[in-house]
Amino acid sequence: MSARGMGADRPRITFGRRAGAPIGVGVAVLYMSLIVLIPLAALTGGAFEGGWSGFWDAITNHQALSAVWLTIKLSAIVMLINAVMGTVIAWVLVRDRFPGRGIVNSLIDLPFALPTIVAGLTLLALYGPRGPIGINVAFTQAGIVLALLLVTMPFVVRSVQPVLLEMDRDMEQAAASLGAGPLTVFTRVIFPNLLPAIIGGCGLAFSRALGEFGSLVLITGNIPFQDQVASFYIYSQIESDNRTGAAAVSVLLLVLSLSALLALSALERFTSRHAR
Amino acid sequence: MGCIGGDDGVTLLAYTTPREVYEEVIPAFRDTPAAAGVPVRQSYGPSGDQSRAAENGLQADVLALALAPDIDRLVDDGIVAADWDQGPTDGFVSTSVVVLAVREGNPKDIRDWDDLLRDDVEVVTPNPLSSGGAQWNVAAIYGAELVRGGSHEDALSHLAAVFDNVVVQPKGSREALQVFSAGKGDVLVAYESEAVIARQKGEAVDYVVPDQTVLIQHPIAVSAEAADPLAARAFVDYALSEPAQEVFARKGYRSVLPEVAARHAGAYPVPPGLFTVDGTLGGWERFRADFFGPDGHMNRIFGGQELFPGDDR
Repeated sequence: MSARGMGADRPRITFGRRAGAPIGVGVAVLYMSLIVLIPLAALTGGAFEGGWSGFWDAITNHQALSAVWLTIKLSAIVMLINAVMGTVIAWVLVRDRFPGRGIVNSLIDLPFALPTIVAGLTLLALYGPRGPIGINVAFTQAGIVLALLLVTMPFVVRSVQPVLLEMDRDMEQAAASLGAGPLTVFTRVIFPNLLPAIIGGCGLAFSRALGEFGSLVLITGNIPFQDQVASFYIYSQIESDNRTGAAAVSVLLLVLSLSALLALSALERFTSRHAR
Repeated sequence: MGCIGGDDGVTLLAYTTPREVYEEVIPAFRDTPAAAGVPVRQSYGPSGDQSRAAENGLQADVLALALAPDIDRLVDDGIVAADWDQGPTDGFVSTSVVVLAVREGNPKDIRDWDDLLRDDVEVVTPNPLSSGGAQWNVAAIYGAELVRGGSHEDALSHLAAVFDNVVVQPKGSREALQVFSAGKGDVLVAYESEAVIARQKGEAVDYVVPDQTVLIQHPIAVSAEAADPLAARAFVDYALSEPAQEVFARKGYRSVLPEVAARHAGAYPVPPGLFTVDGTLGGWERFRADFFGPDGHMNRIFGGQELFPGDDR
């Protein structure tokens, strides 16, 4: 999804547009339905087992609202930090030559492979009360942000990187030869081209952060109204045999995530249209 | 085949903490002549998760869980017979008590529940809404006040005051122990069995048995859908036998057999104010509804809401 803005003016590959398309679409829709759509529909059904009022009561519960609001807030912070740092990392990996670049490049995806509970354990050991470096952020909201940053790190990097790779350096040179300083070149030429990819990566990072569970298990205080995030509230509802409540808050999270993705992809289209 | 020992074997679905016990009990069970070579598969996880997995169709022949309600849930679905609690040990395979785990040497001089209210004491306990096992802790804190002669209102205020001092509420007891070991907090409200195991593993913790505390009872039951009911029954019988109970006693649990318990009485002193959920708190069903239901006391405590809204029951 990342290189969308840059690749738009390449000739469309038309292979399979005639005969293969219906089968392809059929397979894709069937697969999506089995894996994603039907389970989500069942979840939504479960959320409304107590009717509208049951659903409404479940999502307007004070504890639920507080957990969801905290989750949105922290995810937004994580998204913004990712937007800046992810772009910086992508820039360094594409534009700078340094020994070990290939290794660093392959390290970026590691958070995807790491079981998230191990990520939490590692963070607790390093940044907990007995950490070797004397920084203790465990069981605070800062600790949650730290864990979320770890698991969402790859998204922005991996969506900005290919755009930077494909970016035509002639544009920058032209701008420079016309007298633009490095800052102007960045803000007027490079950044507008990167923005759609940054936004796309941000959407994924935000959504992932909204639902994160595993990496927070050991690093959050999990105290209602203080630092209990939505996924932990949902877990507590399941454990208290309140499945309808758990499903209802999950649906609320899904709606939030979907709205964020839709809004960001609209923004992504808008910026990519206006970048050129 | 007259005797047990088909290929089906026994699948044990257990909660996390007694793993060390079953890892010794199972080979010994398979060495008994009656059960020679019966394969025993094991699955460990949080008690509530295990119970729900069985409810949703996970094949389990023997269920060893952390609290009776997790078995009762399965009675409604016919997965466990309603008379599971009618055996000589009332359906329980081991017991324990809620204790106060403290740092080695007890630097803050924690003696009983009142010390949990001190300003200089930070408390760690799993979130009782997300951990069924942590409901024992709430039972202990609340019930201790009742046993000391307090009213329901006194006990509830005491509970709220303790939770004011809780700095971390991990999602389960394993996580709580991990967090405490990582250096967070001064007191961990824990099971005696866990504290003993932690000490046996060399963790720098001590523990204090308060004068008033709750008797934790761990249920064990045969599934009505067991693939090999004879083998499953034999496994439960073995777990309740003297050799297996000895293993429980060595690994931190209070035995349900009087003769084994008597042999280990030195390690497991019986506190004067020991009480049970059935005896003092009116049974699990009522206790759970009152405390952990949607408008239960715990939600009110977490929400900082009025503990005694209007009515004077």
